[in-house]
Amino acid sequence: MSRIAARFKTLAAEGRGALIPYLEAYDPDRATSLELLRAMPAAGADLIEVGMPFSDPSADGPVIQAAALRGLKAGATLVGVLDMVAEFRKEDDATPVILMGYVNPVESYGYERFCNDAAAAGVDGLILVDLPPEEGSVIAAPAQAAGLDIIRLVAPTTPDARLEYVLAHASGFVYYVSIVGITGTRSASAHDLASAIPRVRAATNLPIAIGFGVRTPEQAAQASSIADGAVVASALLATLAETLDAQGRATPQTLPRVLEQIGALAQAVRAAGQKPA
Amino acid sequence: MANPIEHGAAAAQSNSFRQQPDEHGHFGGRYGGRFVAETLMPLILELNEAYEAAKADPAFHRELVYYQTDYIGRPSPLWFARRMTEAFGGAKIYLKREELNHTGSHKLNNVMGQILLARRMGRTRIVAETGAGQHGVATATVCALFGMKCVIYMGATDVERQKPNVFRMRLLGAEVVPVTAGAGTLKDAMNEAMRDWVANVADTYMLIGTVAGPHPYPAMVRDFQSVIGEETKEQMRAAEGRLPDVVVAAIGGGSNAMGIFYPFLDDASVRLIGVEAAGHGLDSGKTAASIERGRPGVLHGNRTYLLQNADGQIDEAHSISAGLDYPGVGPEHSWLNDIGRAEYVGATDTEALDAFQLCTKLEGIIPALESAHAVAYAAKLAPTLPKDTLLVVNLSGRGDKDIFTVAEHLGVTL
Repeated sequence: MSRIAARFKTLAAEGRGALIPYLEAYDPDRATSLELLRAMPAAGADLIEVGMPFSDPSADGPVIQAAALRGLKAGATLVGVLDMVAEFRKEDDATPVILMGYVNPVESYGYERFCNDAAAAGVDGLILVDLPPEEGSVIAAPAQAAGLDIIRLVAPTTPDARLEYVLAHASGFVYYVSIVGITGTRSASAHDLASAIPRVRAATNLPIAIGFGVRTPEQAAQASSIADGAVVASALLATLAETLDAQGRATPQTLPRVLEQIGALAQAVRAAGQKPA
Repeated sequence: MANPIEHGAAAAQSNSFRQQPDEHGHFGGRYGGRFVAETLMPLILELNEAYEAAKADPAFHRELVYYQTDYIGRPSPLWFARRMTEAFGGAKIYLKREELNHTGSHKLNNVMGQILLARRMGRTRIVAETGAGQHGVATATVCALFGMKCVIYMGATDVERQKPNVFRMRLLGAEVVPVTAGAGTLKDAMNEAMRDWVANVADTYMLIGTVAGPHPYPAMVRDFQSVIGEETKEQMRAAEGRLPDVVVAAIGGGSNAMGIFYPFLDDASVRLIGVEAAGHGLDSGKTAASIERGRPGVLHGNRTYLLQNADGQIDEAHSISAGLDYPGVGPEHSWLNDIGRAEYVGATDTEALDAFQLCTKLEGIIPALESAHAVAYAAKLAPTLPKDTLLVVNLSGRGDKDIFTVAEHLGVTL
């Protein structure tokens, strides 16, 4: 069983959903982001998304754009991102790591070579925001051969017929984009989610994580109990950005503040799981 | 006038270069496509259906022809440039006068087609990206004409160097949003327009200004611009009794070039030459020549030639002309380059500035800096060709908007 499947199975047995925090690789520098990655599981991360910085993140809001720019300025490359994951895997063989980013750097690296290198580094899944299933044949076979899950995004705008088509090309889990918009700009209501998730559930047996607009512990608790997991990205990157000095460098506050926030999110997600359904 | 968007059917013959893209939006099986976030996919598919339906609807064609004729002012003349021909001392130079269209460039051809489509689709809000501001002005114009809300994203650098167009757009009632991300040029404006669209899918239509973006944009924009080539063909037959030998057009995203090339793709005798902005020089590192100095990759919804580094990060383009300052190019051009049907060359900032002045002094026509790149290459090529060679330059826009930039480069204070 893959790390992703195993983790969701364990959590289901515990009766709770997953907290999936996001970090942008090399933000604000390699050492800090690697240290953050290593500390995330102890702070309460059940799965981790690692952003691969791209120069033109057209589906992302200002917070992730800024994080990507800091990462690129700090020298992020795909080789460097994979190397970070490999370092992380020396100490943690259980927490699933999902790489999230845009397709061009991966195409430039070479799909087959990338899938092989990512799997060897200990990556479990890939989310390529701008590679819909219509264009996905370039990566489907090499990902499958390397044992990498291709995690698909579905949105409120995805009609039922299309949902089936998209999910036929999905593995690992399904990432439900809870709002119609870019990352970190607004949030869906519990009511919206409660009516949207059963529609997705009816189309797949995969676990469902909710992302885009999950910011507070309350929202994370709600999302992870309505679905099977909650992705928190912009809220954490915003906290990280606040702790940087005037030159954009990490300060002694950077790691503790982000980890404390992950702790609060994790606590809420775990507490939500203890309540009777 | 020729039906402007009928070529697909007219070209239904074997071995035609005019049958691309395939149903997935791929040119030559490789370029183009639909590389967008899932939130946008249903919209792209809906747009494709709506466009296919409009294409098949005679009422849509009639409406488009009406606005082309009475509002845009088509057909645009094909002008025999006598003094330029004499000065170059070779091929006979004709200028396709797209700068005479309402709003001063070829941009309105496409914008008119798309706004009629947006209306058919029931959209009430238009977002668009702009570089030089020509597409933004054209979009703001049709939004004023049809009473629609208009938001134009424009790089902050371009807002600075194209002030007259920014003022024009605001006069026309558009909201102009300066984009400070990246270098603040066209690619950043495109990112921001896509973000707006993702966030406002219910009422918003994204009106892309060039032959790029996710399918169906590259094919649709080409179809709407093909009126340029169709007219050129008829006008050259009337003037000279035959087809031109060479067609030269400037390329940023490549819509004016695709518009004049497309009707000639199956006429093997016609050389098609796209002139990219070489900036400080093709090998200077400060260039916008995506085909000549880029390699294939994925950006803004399509696979095409891109200026990018070894890690697949997109490079900033450079050109004196804001309208050519883009690190990509329409996917059909990438395909035409690979199969050798069109040639792609470069003209530098300096060459464009010289051509800008030359065209102004010899023909009394102030060309846009974009179009001046095509004139610059024609000036190099024409003297090497026999005098009976017929060479058409697509004069895609007028240069009034560029006089401040040109003055600055010539050391003149206005």
